[in-house]
Amino acid sequence: MDLLNAFITLANFVIIPAIAYGSQLALGALGVTLIYGILRFSNFAHGDTMAFGTMVTILITWLFQAWGISLGVLPTALLALPFGIAGCAAFVLLTDRAVYRFYRTQKAKPVILVIVSMGVMFIMNGVVRFIIGPDDHNFSDGERFIISARTFRELTGLQEGLAIRTSTGITVITAVVVVALLFWFLNKTRTGKSMRAYSDNEDLALLSGINPERVVLVTWVIVAALATVAGTLYGLDKSFKAFTYFQLLLPIFASAIVGGLGSPVGAIAGGFVIAFSEVTITYAWKKVIVYVLPDGMGPDGLVQLLSTDYKFAVSFIILLVVLLFRPTGLFKGKSV
Amino acid sequence: MKKLLLATAASALMVGAASAQEIKIGVILGFTGPLESITPNMAAGAELAIAEVNAAGTLLDGATVTAVRGDSTCIDAGAATAAAERLVTSENVAAIMGADCSGVTGAILQNVARPNGIVMVSPSATSPGLSTAEDDGLFFRTAPSDARQGVVMTEVIMDRGIKSVALTYTNNDYGKGLADAFAAAFTAAGGTVTINASHEDGKADYSAEVAALASAGGEVLVVAGYTDQGGKGIIQASLDSGAFDTFVLPDGMVGQQLVDDIGSGLTGSFGQFPGTDSAGAEMFQKMAAEAGFEGTSAFAPESYDAAALIMLAMQKAGSSASADFKDHIMDLANAPGEEIFPGELAKAIEIIKAGGDIDYVGATAVELIGPGESAGNYREIEIKDGKIETVNFR
Repeated sequence: MDLLNAFITLANFVIIPAIAYGSQLALGALGVTLIYGILRFSNFAHGDTMAFGTMVTILITWLFQAWGISLGVLPTALLALPFGIAGCAAFVLLTDRAVYRFYRTQKAKPVILVIVSMGVMFIMNGVVRFIIGPDDHNFSDGERFIISARTFRELTGLQEGLAIRTSTGITVITAVVVVALLFWFLNKTRTGKSMRAYSDNEDLALLSGINPERVVLVTWVIVAALATVAGTLYGLDKSFKAFTYFQLLLPIFASAIVGGLGSPVGAIAGGFVIAFSEVTITYAWKKVIVYVLPDGMGPDGLVQLLSTDYKFAVSFIILLVVLLFRPTGLFKGKSV
Repeated sequence: MKKLLLATAASALMVGAASAQEIKIGVILGFTGPLESITPNMAAGAELAIAEVNAAGTLLDGATVTAVRGDSTCIDAGAATAAAERLVTSENVAAIMGADCSGVTGAILQNVARPNGIVMVSPSATSPGLSTAEDDGLFFRTAPSDARQGVVMTEVIMDRGIKSVALTYTNNDYGKGLADAFAAAFTAAGGTVTINASHEDGKADYSAEVAALASAGGEVLVVAGYTDQGGKGIIQASLDSGAFDTFVLPDGMVGQQLVDDIGSGLTGSFGQFPGTDSAGAEMFQKMAAEAGFEGTSAFAPESYDAAALIMLAMQKAGSSASADFKDHIMDLANAPGEEIFPGELAKAIEIIKAGGDIDYVGATAVELIGPGESAGNYREIEIKDGKIETVNFR
């Protein structure tokens, strides 16, 4: 019984939150890794691309709510998601035409594009704050829990509760669907194959008649879709605030680099590695250990490696260690 | 002829200054930021006192008082200092009613009030650190120090038979000050604080913080934070994960907005914020209702008292210069003298004019002690059916 309680505590406070957070990071990291693999630069504006897509989704959600359209137990934001993706894709393509294309035709060095993307980041940041404001917005509606802690306790008679929120469930399912679609697209379709060819060797791809502008266009659309889905899921699960999306940039980049930049599988693995390390290292293990050990042998302290204030420091440390000892990442991406 | 003209002009000017003097009082509160949901009521409280004095028209022989608002942002000391600087240098305010949060209040006191010699009366800065800050006799507060709130909160919790609590605070002067004061008082009273952890405001996700709190355990969770920032996030995440069911809410967490946002999960939670059962509180609520704002909102009565004390002190000194009236605030607030309740500011001015003594009671039974801070009366509240209900006074 005590072991079961220990496991439930662990699931409630570590495993489930980390899986949800990991899925959100993985989707974000996939976007970064695609840009890096195909367009060959680190896109610092990715966090704000997520914020922009989420903002469009929120605005459409509000419109639907005003019209009285809803999805019942599911959040209305899922219905608004395609519009958010469209809005984000349009905005990103506009940025590409106005900014990135100029540098691409000049064959600018990646480091120049990185700085350019920082400029784009600040502008996007401003645009989002200008339109929706710097405040917190909670836009999730519908049923809040799949199972709440209290219901779980009553059902099982255990001392510890296990809560699974609807947003957590949706996050995981959506992430699996999106990732499956992406891999099918990259591996099985003609456009996907041409994208991979362009990524492997640009000159050879051009010689074999692949239209580079089309590859770039498709890449941006996919990235916009991934960013909007990741951002909306994060916002549904937590809350939307422009500034926190900007802060997400660090764990997302850490995920992409740990997994290996340019490698989609790596991005997913990296997302979960970062999420699980952030949560487990800052978790206070006291309760779990007290349950597992025999009575009276539990620790007095909290058994917490790092205070939760240092959550971001964990991503930084993992990033440093990976860059020092395995610069190509876990899944042999391109070296940074 | 020239001399005569000059003399006439000069005397006309002086007469003008004496009869139709205009006094400006700065109202510096966090109109944006973590306290933005309660500051409009606070400002309305201060402006109610000003309107009352203006309606009487007797202050300093017919001076009119205007309130000039400034935004303290509650958290950004640089922005708050700039706002105060603007009020003092370009608006020429005679005194400052503010600021709200302890950190920015300390910054304004040191960077603006002291260099310019301007009196500052804060209605809500409660950090114990401000009791010992250098203030040249310019700083007062109608809110009590959190050292006192720590003791009261201990009594509130102990009286409910709760002996072990988890404690989280917002990582700033207010949160840290209150958390330390409470932890010391609670431990001294024989209770156990299982964890004393800070949280940062403005994050999207507090599940990691709550996981640590839940692991430490405790019968209730004390949240020394803000209603629309981390405090709310912590409570929401605790309820979502089933970590805690009951929360203790100190002054920064008492707000109807929080109760509306969280919903039924908050039922049964309790706390306290400065307030009193003196007759003045009810009078103030009636006046507030007539003026169209929430009189029970946290720190609104303190704001009324802060503004009233500034103006009465000006009358006592016969001058609106801070250097002249700063020494009178303490006498006016304390006995002996005729007790003055909200709505009686005109009467108070008459008594002072006639050379009499007053004991300003106001909306919060003000009694200034030590370095010019309120001795403190608290209102114990409990959340019942989505409403904040007062259950006791301490």
